[in-house]
Amino acid sequence: MKADHEKTVEEYADRLSPSVLQEVKDQLPASISKSDLTKVMETVVTAHENAKVNPGECVGLVSAQSIGEPGTQMTLNTFHFAGVSEMNVTTGLPRIIEIFDARKDIKTPMMEIFLKEPYNNDIDKLKKFAAKIKETTFGELASEYSLNIFDQVLKVTLNKTLLADYDLSTKELAKVIKAKAKGFSVESSDDDLTLAKTGKTQELKDLYNLKEKIKELKITGTKGIKQVLPVKRGEEYIVLTSGTNLKDILALPEVDEVRTTTNDIYEIYETLGVEAAREAIIREVFKVIEAQGLNIDVRHIMLVADIMCATGVVKGVTRYGVVKEKASVLARASFETPIKHLINAALEGEVDYLTSVVENVMINQPVPVGTGLPGLVTKMK
Amino acid sequence: MTDIYLNSKYVGTVDNPSHFVGEVKDLRRKGSISEDISIYHDLAAQEVHLHSDEGRAHRPLIIIKEGKPLLSEKHLKQLEEGEITWHDLIRQGVIEYLDAAEEENALVASSEEELSPEYTHMEISPGSICGITTSLVPFGNYNQSSRLIIGSKNQKQALGFYAANFHLRMDMDSNLLHYPQFPIVKTKIHDITEYSQHPSGQNMIVAVMSYDGYNMEDGVILGKASVERGLSRSTYFRPVETQELRYSGGLIDEVSIPDKEVKGYRSEHDYRFLESDGILYPEAKVNEGDVVIGKTSPPRFLSSMDEYNLAAATRRESSINLKHGEKGVADFVVLTENEEGNKLVQVRLRDERIPEIGDKFTSRHGQKGVVGILVPPQDLPFSESGITPDLIFTPHGVSSRMTVSHLIELVGGKVGALAGRYVDGTLFEAEKEEDLRKQLSGLGFQEDGTEVFYDGRTGKKMMARIFVGNMYYLRLRHMVANKMQARARGPIQLLTRQPTEGKAKEGGLRLGEMEKDTFIAHGASLLLKERFDSDKVVIPVCEKSGLMGYYDARKGRAVSPLYGENSEMSHIEMSYAFKLLLDEIRTLGIYPRLHLKSKY
Repeated sequence: MKADHEKTVEEYADRLSPSVLQEVKDQLPASISKSDLTKVMETVVTAHENAKVNPGECVGLVSAQSIGEPGTQMTLNTFHFAGVSEMNVTTGLPRIIEIFDARKDIKTPMMEIFLKEPYNNDIDKLKKFAAKIKETTFGELASEYSLNIFDQVLKVTLNKTLLADYDLSTKELAKVIKAKAKGFSVESSDDDLTLAKTGKTQELKDLYNLKEKIKELKITGTKGIKQVLPVKRGEEYIVLTSGTNLKDILALPEVDEVRTTTNDIYEIYETLGVEAAREAIIREVFKVIEAQGLNIDVRHIMLVADIMCATGVVKGVTRYGVVKEKASVLARASFETPIKHLINAALEGEVDYLTSVVENVMINQPVPVGTGLPGLVTKMK
Repeated sequence: MTDIYLNSKYVGTVDNPSHFVGEVKDLRRKGSISEDISIYHDLAAQEVHLHSDEGRAHRPLIIIKEGKPLLSEKHLKQLEEGEITWHDLIRQGVIEYLDAAEEENALVASSEEELSPEYTHMEISPGSICGITTSLVPFGNYNQSSRLIIGSKNQKQALGFYAANFHLRMDMDSNLLHYPQFPIVKTKIHDITEYSQHPSGQNMIVAVMSYDGYNMEDGVILGKASVERGLSRSTYFRPVETQELRYSGGLIDEVSIPDKEVKGYRSEHDYRFLESDGILYPEAKVNEGDVVIGKTSPPRFLSSMDEYNLAAATRRESSINLKHGEKGVADFVVLTENEEGNKLVQVRLRDERIPEIGDKFTSRHGQKGVVGILVPPQDLPFSESGITPDLIFTPHGVSSRMTVSHLIELVGGKVGALAGRYVDGTLFEAEKEEDLRKQLSGLGFQEDGTEVFYDGRTGKKMMARIFVGNMYYLRLRHMVANKMQARARGPIQLLTRQPTEGKAKEGGLRLGEMEKDTFIAHGASLLLKERFDSDKVVIPVCEKSGLMGYYDARKGRAVSPLYGENSEMSHIEMSYAFKLLLDEIRTLGIYPRLHLKSKY
């Protein structure tokens, strides 16, 4: 691009946003004349002005209506089977509610793990990786427990074929258990483990507790990854998991940390921060809406996501989350648990400046939106 | 070994259950034990259940032995000639009643054709899978079950000749159809239930077409001439009732024209319909607010009555007058006593209801609609032979609901009307559609029931042939006259000063939470404020304390609750509901202080 062209475009810097300017710069043909360029820039400016929302436009309510109305048509069919019947994902209205409420325990946590070069097109390597991250507990490997209460001995028979699948030996298992089973001696034979009480017997229940404890013991894999499923996505293979652990998975060398993601917004917030969480909210909600065949403009969802993340923490659209942030006492009281809000406001001596919609409706004054927004400026004598 | 239970109580065991069950059944069929007893052999649980208790619905079935029904031609002949009755058939063991449990052991054929040796019973009629009202839908077997249900529900709401002694009855909220007719397309159930004695509809000429869109979205169009000749006219009866109650101290209400001294006396004009006994004269035309029965009650709070307060000693006016929107003609008066022996006065008002826009009509197939317009006869479309329809039904109502029976009834009704006979539309046993079509063409009409029509307004021939015929249409009890309501101003609630709710209280229509949101979304905030002005008040607010004060008329100024006259009071406009909220916040022990600021 010619220098003087560059200069002409830069003159509009105060009227257009940098991203728009960049887009114009990228798409301008080099041969454009100066007069044509000004014409283009003027058109861009008018288009940009027209796209702006009018002052006083009630954006939030329009968003609420734009999401709410199609929401009534959403099926209550909760589960969607992602190709294979073992993996199901919450979709539809329950999922939307889950996201907007910013729940910490989501119903079906799930990850999409993308892998780096050699792993993503070699199915064998991928399968090996999948087996490696899958969380295996001791309980899954054991086929039989026998408790001898008199001698305080627990004998565990192991499933040999499973052991071979996971490339594990009884000795290795014994090592892992030893660390956890304090006060017990661990002996391993070919396909069973014997745990015997070393010290004095204090409680008969000890043995039983031990059994329950080692059942939950993680042997291999990443914590939280309950199931793995290699699938083909486009040209490459990826791993879908049920259960999520973004932090540990991203640390693995095979993983493509750019594309790998989870559907647990709270986890994204914890590992990657609010901005990522905001993106995740938009993406996850939009995914559901698209799957339902509905048509909602992303900007409505973006607005909701912005509000949820505005404080730097992910807050749900509930009385404990976003609504609590409202400035007006009356607006908060009109939502849920009015007496609690009024009393707390009184304790703090809060002042309601009547700057928003709900409180003005309550006292029958024009709401400061649309025609109620502009005021008259006169000189009082 | 199989356990035996009698009325769900264990009584013993048998070794050969099927033999035992057979024996019991034989005994029942012979009449040795009651016909109401049921026996059910649960093969999976190895249990036999006998039931003789109440509360089991049971139904009659023809017994099949070796693939042949026990009911023979001889029985039918005897029945026809009146030699035997239904009960004889049961006593002979030809027909028996099965309850829901025993049906589990039975294999029931629905017709004689499908009989084979494994069947144990046969339906008396294949249509007996449906109840009485459902069986009243002609050609019902051509329909979706949901439409049949809607159709039978609608029939229950139809106006008709509900009781032959209607002129002596004091029913609440009853309607009577003038000139009811027996349907041309009938079912066997119509005959069995003697429907001709209490019909509830009329045979109308129905054209399936559009007419300027006045029948879109489930509308129907009626011919004005037909209505003026009495089509679907009905009478609504409204009882007005009062009784002379007794009070402590031997005082009693009195039905009479109230004296002028009575507390709450209206005006002579209001009592103009009353005769000397205090009840309105027969055939008096009363409108809303008019007194129907004059009554006075003894003074309230007798104990607080003292010599200084003579006014309290006078009786109170407690006449019965017509409520908002009610009208009628005095039809019938009953003077009697109630259970306590007090005088009971009942007046029945009659109100003629001529079909009008907004009244509800339906065929028997769940095709209900609301009258969209009454078309004068000269504007109605007419056929080549000069026939104009009584009712125009929209074709768009059929495609999605798939009420095929509606269409077949139209053809059937046409055949019946032209041939001068009734057409049988009994469930599963109806006359065949093909036969009806053939007969229609034999009568000189298009076999598909269509005819060439002309537009009454222009005289132009219509581009398509119109499907026209006779149908049994019912007028439903939902009439606009009972429901229509509008309000600009009116009564308000005492507590909130907001408009009352509901038609009976002349209430307003609420602009709800979501409707409010639409105003905001449009930015119409000043319009929204006007909408919510219904409980607007101006309240003096103390500028020092921020509390609401009151206007003291003696001092001629507003007074602050804290500073009395030593504070500036500003008159602030707010909704009464907010004033109430401030009061309620104060009851919480919270001091809601209003900071006042100049708006401009």
